Amino acid sequence: MTKAMVIIGAGECGGRAALALRDLGFEGPVTLVGDEPHLPYERPPLSKEAMAGEAPAIKAITSDEILAERSIRHIHSVQAVAIDRAAHVVRLSDGSALPYDKLLLATGSLPRKLPMPGLGARCVYLRTFNDAKAIRAHLRAGNRVAIVGGGFIGLELAASARKLSATVTVIEAQPRILMRGVPAEIAETIHKQHEAEGVTILAGQGIAAITDDGAEVRITLAGGLEVVADLAIIGIGAMPVTGLAAEAGLTIDNGIAVDAELRTGDPDIFAAGDCCSFPLAVYGGRRVRLEAWRNAQEQGALAARNMLGAGETHAAVPWFWSDQYGLTLQIAGLSDEGHSVVRRDLEDGAFILFHLAGDGRLVAASGIGPGNAVARDIRLAEMLIAKRAKPAPEALGSQTVKLKSLLAA
Amino acid sequence: MTGLTGAEQSNFPEEQMSDWVEACEAADIDEEDVMRFDHGGRTFAIYRSPDDEYFATDGLCSHEKVHLADGLVMDDIIECPKHNGRFNYKTGAARGAPVCVNLRTYPVKVDAGKVLIQIG
Ligand SMILES: Cc1cc2nc3c(=O)[nH]c(=O)nc-3n(C[C@H](O)[C@H](O)[C@H](O)COP(=O)(O)OP(=O)(O)OC[C@H]3O[C@@H](n4cnc5c(N)ncnc54)[C@H](O)[C@@H]3O)c2cc1C
Ligand code: FES
Repeated sequence: MTKAMVIIGAGECGGRAALALRDLGFEGPVTLVGDEPHLPYERPPLSKEAMAGEAPAIKAITSDEILAERSIRHIHSVQAVAIDRAAHVVRLSDGSALPYDKLLLATGSLPRKLPMPGLGARCVYLRTFNDAKAIRAHLRAGNRVAIVGGGFIGLELAASARKLSATVTVIEAQPRILMRGVPAEIAETIHKQHEAEGVTILAGQGIAAITDDGAEVRITLAGGLEVVADLAIIGIGAMPVTGLAAEAGLTIDNGIAVDAELRTGDPDIFAAGDCCSFPLAVYGGRRVRLEAWRNAQEQGALAARNMLGAGETHAAVPWFWSDQYGLTLQIAGLSDEGHSVVRRDLEDGAFILFHLAGDGRLVAASGIGPGNAVARDIRLAEMLIAKRAKPAPEALGSQTVKLKSLLAA
Repeated sequence: MTGLTGAEQSNFPEEQMSDWVEACEAADIDEEDVMRFDHGGRTFAIYRSPDDEYFATDGLCSHEKVHLADGLVMDDIIECPKHNGRFNYKTGAARGAPVCVNLRTYPVKVDAGKVLIQIG
C-alpha cells in the first residue's frame, strides 16, 4: 500500500518538504495544509526588499503549476485543528479529515505578543505577507514609526522605513540592541549605522504604558520619556506554534521536541523548522530552537528524507543573515558557545569575530560588512565549525592567511 | 591549461570569432576561485577549477541578482554569497533551494595567458 504524507504548515519548511518528497521519488499522495491564503512564500524579504516598492510583492517558493505537475495537493486558508494519533487522521477547520501515514508539523512561529493593555489597531506585528502589506501602507515621509524591540525584524523594518523617509524611533528594553546572539561589537556597528541614517535608538528603556486611540500611539517609557507615533511595530521575538502538537500529547520543550532525526515521541510524526526544538550535534546535542530560513529549508528536506525512512540525523551548523541599509550581517554557529574572540578585519570596514571554545575549537563566527564582504569567510568558518577544527588564533586573525587553507589542514 | 589549439580555432566562423572577448589574465584567478567580469553592460563570473580549467557563467545569481563572484568555489560548485544557493559552474545547473533557475554558461578559452569568453 502506498503511504500518505501530510504536512501541516505551508511555509518555507513545509513547502520545501513537499517538494523534497517528490525530488526523492515518492509517488504516493502528498498534502500540504496551510492556514494562509498564499502559496508557500519567503518571509525574509517582508522586512527588507518587499518594503522598497509601492506595494509589497509576494515571493513564492513554488507555483500552482509546479504543485499540480508534481501532484502536490495544497489546501490553503484551512487550519489543522486536531491530530487523532490513534486513527492517524488530521482534522481540519473546514470539517474535513485527512488520513496520514507520516505527518510533518511545520507550523512555524508567531510574533511574541507584548503583554500590556492599551494596544490597538495602530500597534502591529510582522509575520505574514498580509502584515507586510498593512505596514507598508504607513511607511512614508512625515509618518512617525515606533519600533518596539531592537531585534532583527525591528531593525530591518527601521532601515526600510528610513529609506521611505519615515521618522523612526526604536525602543529596546535591554541595555543594547541585538542582545540575543549578536556580539556587542557587531551590534555597535549596526547601532551607529542606524543613527547615521537618522533613526533614534532608545536602549535600556522599558515601556511603562501604551495608549492607542486609533489615530496615534503614545508610548510612555519607564524613565518618563514619551514617544508618539502613527504606527507602532512590535518585534520582541517569536514563539513556536505548538498548540496542535501539545493537544495531541506530544512533548513540548521550547518548541515541539524532536530527536536528531526530527521525529517526535510518535514515530509517525515529525516536526521541523521554527516550530521545533532539536539536539544540535555540533554542540554535543544541546537542545535548541532556531528561527532561521536556511534551517527551515534544511530541516524540511531532512524531514522528507526521514519520513521516507532514511534515518539521517541533523548535522548542519546554524546560519543566519540580516540586511540593513547596505550592511549584511552573517552568523554561523551560536556565539554563546564561545569563551574567547579573535577578530579579523577585511576590506571596507568589514570584520569577522571568531568565537573559540575553551579547548580552542572554533564554535561560531559573526561578521558584518558592506554587501557580501563577509560571506565567503563566514561560509568557510561554517565548514571549520562543522569539522570541529581548532585553527590557530593567529591564523584566524591574520588577513593574509586564507581560511580555505585552514580547512585543508 | 585548457583552451583550443590553433588548428581548432581556425575552424571557427568569422562572426563567432568576433564574439570572443578578453576577460582577464589567466593568472588573475586562483585555482578553485572566481572573478567578476563586466562587459557591454553585462556581468559575468569566470571560474578557474581545482584542475585548472576555466569556465564562465552569468555573473548574477538567479535568486536575487547578487554577484556570484563574491561567493565560494568548492570543486565544481559556486555558492552564492547571499543565501548559499548552489550552482554547478561547469554546466550552470541550479543545485537546490533556494535557487531553481539554471545559470547560462559561456565558452571559455585561454590564449597566450589571457582568458577569453565567447559572450554571444
Ligand atoms: C519579517 C521576517 C524576516 C525574516 N528575515 C530572516 C532573515 O533575514 N534571515 C533568516 O535566516 N531568517 C529570517 N526570518 C525567519 C524565517 O523566515 C523563518 O525562519 C522561516 O520562515 C521558518 O519557516 P517555517 O516553515 O518553519 O515557518 P513559517 O514560515 O512561519 O511557516 C509556518 C506556516 O504554517 C502555518 N500554520 C501554523 N499552524 C497551522 C495549522 N494548525 N494549520 C495550518 N497551517 C498552520 C502558518 O500560518 C505559516 O504559514 C525572517 C522572518 C520574518 C517574519
Ligand atoms: S541571491 Fe543567490 S541564493 Fe539568494
